[in-house]
Amino acid sequence: MGDDSGESGRDKGGDGSCGAMGGGGDWDVEGGGGWGTNEELIISILAHRNAAQRKSIRQTYAETYEEDLLKALDKELTNDFERVVKLWTLDPAERDAFLANEATKKWTSSNQVLVEIACARSPQELLLARQAYHAHFKKSLEEDVAHHTTGDFRKLLVPLVSSYRYDGDEVNMTLAKTEAKILHENILKKAYSHEDLIRILATRSKAQINATLNHYKNEFGQDINKDLKADPKDEFLAILRATVKCLTCPEKYFEKVLRLAINKRGTDEGGLTRVVVTRAEVDMQVIKEVFHRRNTVSLDHAIAKDTGGDYEKMLLALTGHDDA
Amino acid sequence: MAVANEMGAITKAFSGFGVDEKSLITVLGKWHPEQTKSFRKASQFFIQDERLFERWIDKHVEQLKIEFLRFKSAVVLWTMHPWERDARLIKDAVIDGQKSTNVIVEIACTRSCDDLFGARKAYHSLFDRSIEEDVAYNTPGIERMLLIALVSSYRYEGPRFHEDSAKSEAKTLCTAIKDAGDKNPMDDQEVVRILSTRSKPHLKAVFKHYKEISGKNIDEDLVADSSLKHTVQCLSTPHTYFIKVLDAAMNPVADENTKEGLTRVLVTRADVDMKLIAEEYHKQNGVELAQKIEQMVKGNFKEFLLTLLARGDQLKK
Repeated sequence: MGDDSGESGRDKGGDGSCGAMGGGGDWDVEGGGGWGTNEELIISILAHRNAAQRKSIRQTYAETYEEDLLKALDKELTNDFERVVKLWTLDPAERDAFLANEATKKWTSSNQVLVEIACARSPQELLLARQAYHAHFKKSLEEDVAHHTTGDFRKLLVPLVSSYRYDGDEVNMTLAKTEAKILHENILKKAYSHEDLIRILATRSKAQINATLNHYKNEFGQDINKDLKADPKDEFLAILRATVKCLTCPEKYFEKVLRLAINKRGTDEGGLTRVVVTRAEVDMQVIKEVFHRRNTVSLDHAIAKDTGGDYEKMLLALTGHDDA
Repeated sequence: MAVANEMGAITKAFSGFGVDEKSLITVLGKWHPEQTKSFRKASQFFIQDERLFERWIDKHVEQLKIEFLRFKSAVVLWTMHPWERDARLIKDAVIDGQKSTNVIVEIACTRSCDDLFGARKAYHSLFDRSIEEDVAYNTPGIERMLLIALVSSYRYEGPRFHEDSAKSEAKTLCTAIKDAGDKNPMDDQEVVRILSTRSKPHLKAVFKHYKEISGKNIDEDLVADSSLKHTVQCLSTPHTYFIKVLDAAMNPVADENTKEGLTRVLVTRADVDMKLIAEEYHKQNGVELAQKIEQMVKGNFKEFLLTLLARGDQLKK
């Protein structure tokens, strides 16, 4: 399965204080194996490990206790804290597969998780997620997305999750101009699900889309997302705006999800957990900066104010996590 | 000595698939200038110029170029990594447009999910674009939705599937195809969804139920040759599709584009299911594929194709 971290961590053990690297001994005595759970230990061990190390821990745990760490956690932990620990312990590809599957099973037209996974990950990460999806769910991701979504949403989401965008910097400026025009024309006609509009957003590389949208702004005076706000209640337009943001400025997108989740606005209940876990090793520092600029309080402060207990501690440990 | 025979041989050497290098060497190489002149005067490849000499007709020289190059193209294609090969074949098909959409369908539907994805990676490297963006941009109208979905698929490859879904999806396909008069099934989101996202084992079950409902195989119900028909064939019985490509390629009136099918099928299927294709070809046409190739093709190109064909017998899967 895809593991996108270089070192295995097994012999190097990160900061050296993790007994679990050696075979789970300390882990067992203090926090594991029918534990009565020591959440502190769970937080302190898991939160500060990178993906490769967490994978190692899971392997060692399974070898030692003949049970998947996640199953054990499942029995012992509850609710928000459990979810954040569970999600964090999964490797990124499995996590995305899990989140995507969840999103298709209880899909609603306001759900943006699929857009996040399809657009805010690199093409390689999306491929790994699709492979993990095969392995875990015995189906393909696009199969489930197609089956559980309808109408315009399906027209957009299936190509998005199936994309394998060129990830280089080559850009065709003439094409950018032409496609900016196509986007604009369709927006003016309110043909938001026009196949050309979807084609451009779902197949072009991120570099090409950036060039196109820059041209759009220069030529037509506004950011495309402003033009896509024509009807604030239209959920398809919301998904389109999310698509654009995830492709071009994910940190701004995630700042907004965090802000709405923390203030309990909107319907994305799991947003706080999801964003912290999925971005902790990616661009959390950048998101924190954006958050601070936008909200004048730091993200950590807002989290502390809005959450409590072990959940809060785990989140804060993750947001303080070094970027991978 | 029969100069007439030799002239016939040279004419033949310049016609059809490939060129008969041996004849060209042994005959042309030894002809006296007088014999060559007689040949030029009598041959349809030459024309009397107003300044009183026989000159090559340009389009025949162009054709000769293609025929001489067939061996080289086949060898280069054969030696390529399968991912580069498929990426280049798709790129050529995209440039060719409507007449080559079957190649895109062929590759998208008959490769394993990892090989198709490999082709997508190779495409990035070779052309700085993604397959789906080129296919989307260059495919007009009604076929676009289906083609993009097919090249973007990453089908589950395990054996598990749902019998109930398979049944209901067979019904959906049946209805869509029966209503083809009102709405082209390729335009139907459900048809595209089923054919482009479901796993191949699942589709096998779908097609089986289809036959039970309709009484006919799904590709028999699709009368006209279309991307939809090719999709269904490639997903259910690829060898049927490949035999069609071979037949069309070896048809004496085939155009260049169609003729390329011969190289493509032999090179891409040699290590996959060529043996099965050859067996079915024999059943269907009453003649061995090897024999047909012997008849229609010449020179090194012929030898190369026959060698590829023979691999099927030696390869142990």
